[in-house]
Amino acid sequence: MGTQEIRYFQVGSHAVGNRLLDPGQRTVQSDPERANALTCGHRACQGCGEALGARYVVDAALRATAGRLVAVNATGCLEVFSTPYPETSWQLPWLHSLFGNAPAVATGVAAALRAQGREDVRVLAQGGDGGTVDIGFGCLSGMFERDDDVLYVCYDNQGYMNTGVQRSGATPPGARTATTEAVGDAPGAPFGQGKDVPRIAMAHGVRYVATATVADLRDLEAKVERAMEVRGARYLHVLVPCPLGWGSPAALTVRIARLATQTGLFPVYEARDGEVTGVTTIRRPAPVEEYLRPQKRFAHLFSHPSGPAALARIQEAADRNIRRYGLLGDGGPS
Amino acid sequence: MMEKPFAITLDAGSSRANHTGSWRNERPGYVRNLPPCNAACPAAEDVQGWLFHAEGGDYEAAWRAIVRDNPFPAVMGRVCYHPCETACHRGHLDEAVGINAVERFLGDLAIERGWGIPVEAPASGRSVLVVGAGPSGLSAAYHLRLLGHAVEVRDAAPAAGGMMRYGIPRYRLPRPVLDAEIARIGAMGVRFALGRSVTDLAAAMAEGGHDAAFLAVGAGVGRKAHVPAGAAARIIDAVSFLHGMEDDEPPRIGRRVVVYGGGDTAVDAARTARRMGAEPVIVYRRTRQRMPAHDAEVEEALEEGILARWLSTITQVEAGEVTVERMELDAEGFPQPTGETETLAADTVILALGQDCDLALVEGLDGIEVEDGVVSVGPDMMTGRAGIFAGGDMVPAERTVTTAVGHGRSAARHVDAWLRGTAHAPAARPPAAGFDALETWYYEDAPHAMRPRLEAARRASTFDEVVSGLDETTALYEARRCLSCGNCFECDNCYGVCPDNAIVKLGPGRGYRIDLDFCKGCGICVQECPCGAMAMGPEPG
Ligand SMILES: Cc1cc2nc3c(=O)[nH]c(=O)nc-3n(C[C@H](O)[C@H](O)[C@H](O)COP(=O)(O)OP(=O)(O)OC[C@H]3O[C@@H](n4cnc5c(N)ncnc54)[C@H](O)[C@@H]3O)c2cc1C
Ligand SMILES: Cc1ncc(C[n+]2csc(CCOP(=O)(O)OP(=O)(O)O)c2C)c(N)n1
Ligand code: SF4
Ligand code: SF4
Ligand code: SF4
Ligand SMILES: [Mg+2]
Repeated sequence: MGTQEIRYFQVGSHAVGNRLLDPGQRTVQSDPERANALTCGHRACQGCGEALGARYVVDAALRATAGRLVAVNATGCLEVFSTPYPETSWQLPWLHSLFGNAPAVATGVAAALRAQGREDVRVLAQGGDGGTVDIGFGCLSGMFERDDDVLYVCYDNQGYMNTGVQRSGATPPGARTATTEAVGDAPGAPFGQGKDVPRIAMAHGVRYVATATVADLRDLEAKVERAMEVRGARYLHVLVPCPLGWGSPAALTVRIARLATQTGLFPVYEARDGEVTGVTTIRRPAPVEEYLRPQKRFAHLFSHPSGPAALARIQEAADRNIRRYGLLGDGGPS
Repeated sequence: MMEKPFAITLDAGSSRANHTGSWRNERPGYVRNLPPCNAACPAAEDVQGWLFHAEGGDYEAAWRAIVRDNPFPAVMGRVCYHPCETACHRGHLDEAVGINAVERFLGDLAIERGWGIPVEAPASGRSVLVVGAGPSGLSAAYHLRLLGHAVEVRDAAPAAGGMMRYGIPRYRLPRPVLDAEIARIGAMGVRFALGRSVTDLAAAMAEGGHDAAFLAVGAGVGRKAHVPAGAAARIIDAVSFLHGMEDDEPPRIGRRVVVYGGGDTAVDAARTARRMGAEPVIVYRRTRQRMPAHDAEVEEALEEGILARWLSTITQVEAGEVTVERMELDAEGFPQPTGETETLAADTVILALGQDCDLALVEGLDGIEVEDGVVSVGPDMMTGRAGIFAGGDMVPAERTVTTAVGHGRSAARHVDAWLRGTAHAPAARPPAAGFDALETWYYEDAPHAMRPRLEAARRASTFDEVVSGLDETTALYEARRCLSCGNCFECDNCYGVCPDNAIVKLGPGRGYRIDLDFCKGCGICVQECPCGAMAMGPEPG
């Protein structure tokens, strides 16, 4: 799923492009004329996964809608680094209102377009994990329930990064943030808390739900395209590493996202009408340590006495995902 | 500039005014590192470079990239021991790229399509004598012609090719293939004087009015180790035996044949004898693991029903039989006699104990130095005598066709420089393309396309070619297994993964450019380049 069937034995199906592919089979990102919806000069940190993910998603959505797209943005890094007045990095109509109301604003834009009989113009709403799983959650749930014709994209960098890396409902257990410091008996974010919003979206019976990362572009683009084929509420949850908040080297942004999937910590799947319909299986299984080690937010797990137990719990969570979604391609839903 | 995108109503300034390149403290760049295949090729082929063309289906460009360095792709694709494949990084992933098979496919296609090689250099007015029409002499002649010199090749044998014709058996190198690649060199204006041995080099140069000479007389004299033998014993050396196979009347060896030696020549002699209806036994003093012959050759010989006695020496040869003694390896791994002997029936004993050079033509020439039976040359392939160069089996080096071709190529450049009164400085080698610089995640798993082999039973009785070629689809598939180590192959990964759109795609064959106005120096592009064709470097100043 997600990748095409072409086997060029080089990088035909895993890299961004390949000079040997037919133009029709190339990714949006390989196109020299791609929209660059989030263009140069934005003020995201070096190696920002959110900036990369947003361009991937919006460029793909622009292709799928032949450019007839409006974006609504929640407050957060993506909004702050792209639009310091009077500059904007956005190459499409783009609205920002508040931190917590992006789904509601998007609903309004979709309703306005419908009232004008302009249903060819589609609406994409986007926000960070804080704006999505916490403060904007009520609006989002309403948007789901009403089945408004909006694709909502959450760029999950696992914390409130724009205000200095505070814990959100998407921060993983064990991670150090400004509000879950690496002190005390159980340093870092607590275990047993947090929200799995893709599953919550599925519980709403949303027509199309998918997870993706910046490490698998073809999969991500395919999901945006499929999402745009559907009318009604849709939800896409994209893992986007944040070098600043995660304490990871800027160069490793894509690699760390890849490790999140290969360890099983971040399952990549899609679901229709509440049922998982496809998973991206693991190609190169890796233990969770490989993912955690390069990130300073987990450094205490490798020095604190509680570390081994915490690591074991994190590995358990990964193994549970692997079982639950059949990530090793051995019999789970596919 | 009032054209606005759909639904844009206000003039907002673009963030492109904000040059985030000023944040950078290191910058990415593209490199061209030396892939291990190229580094290992004794003929200095740009393997990765020609595979790149083959991957795209541009076989003629691929072939032309090979013949820039090596005029014998079809021969190489059959006889080269392909050290490139031994070095290939893909071997760490699944299996090495079948470089040699693709080379053969391209070589055969060129013969089929009749591709020729034009001489574009203006005539230099200088003339070079090449002595010996083996791979080394032919390669030198070819490259000298490309550089605009007149070339005469003299060889004692009635046909050109050296050991490619008079050593390597037909079932490994069909003669029409060899003939076609030699004819192409002839068509470039190389003059051949065949059946003409050179015994007095100075006289030969004076006679032809030559300004320089390249000697490549090979090592064509079979070594005669002392083996006690009765008067009626029938003993022949392997080189003479294989040479005789090219005569109208092949040598008569009888049914029971003992081949003495463990190198490739021994195996070739045994497999040839097998095809003449004999039942050869290879006798070798060490173990199979220590045989200098290439393993694949030994494997094929055994499959064909050839027997081998390892840890054995011949102590006596008489008419119809030989006495062999069993050996034992001592603590240092050297074979030591045990005193246990046995007799084997043998109509003929073929000695394959190595080859020496016949250096009569340089005897008495001032400045030429012979050491351990081979002629000394400098890094420029020149002997101690100005203007006389040498290469191939007659100089100290590995004795393979490919090394010989590489010597010819390198010597031609030095001869050219010497004739022009300059010195040829080979381009500095780029840094090695390390395996660690690859991001192998991006490569699809794909096994090696094996060249189909003739059924062992069938080939044992014929001189048909044993290893057949790849069809086009398979050759293309194989070429596309190349990881393109250390060199950009335009996968667009850097262009895609940059969070700052700071990479500009220049179009097919032109690669990419970094837009330093916006590159923040995060290094993702370098990290995610599958083939290690990028590196971070310091900011200038
Ligand atoms: C049986 C056998 C099998 C082999 N198989 C392989 C293989 O599979 N792969 C591989 O890479 N290598 C193989 N080799 C080694 C390879 O053939 C040699 O290393 C290579 O041919 C050397 O090339 P050369 O040009 O130096 O000499 P040669 O090929 O020996 O050519 C020398 C030429 O000089 C001519 N000559 C000699 N003296 C004079 C003179 N005085 N005047 C005029 N002409 C003269 C000879 O007639 C001959 O044509 C094999 C060798 C043998 C013997
Ligand atoms: C109502 C309100 N509360 C708080 C803020 C301050 N604020 C701005 S961005 C942000 C964090 C955003 O986190 P997230 O949505 O995860 O996006 P990220 O910056 O991590 O991409 C906060 C708390 C605000 N703008 N509005
Ligand atoms: S803080 Fe994180 S999410 Fe925000 S711009 Fe920097 S890297 Fe991107
Ligand atoms: S993968 Fe390609 S470039 Fe790398 S060593 Fe093998 S043939 Fe050469
Ligand atoms: S990914 Fe972009 S910003 Fe980062 S180093 Fe490469 S060109 Fe520069
Ligand atoms: Mg966040």
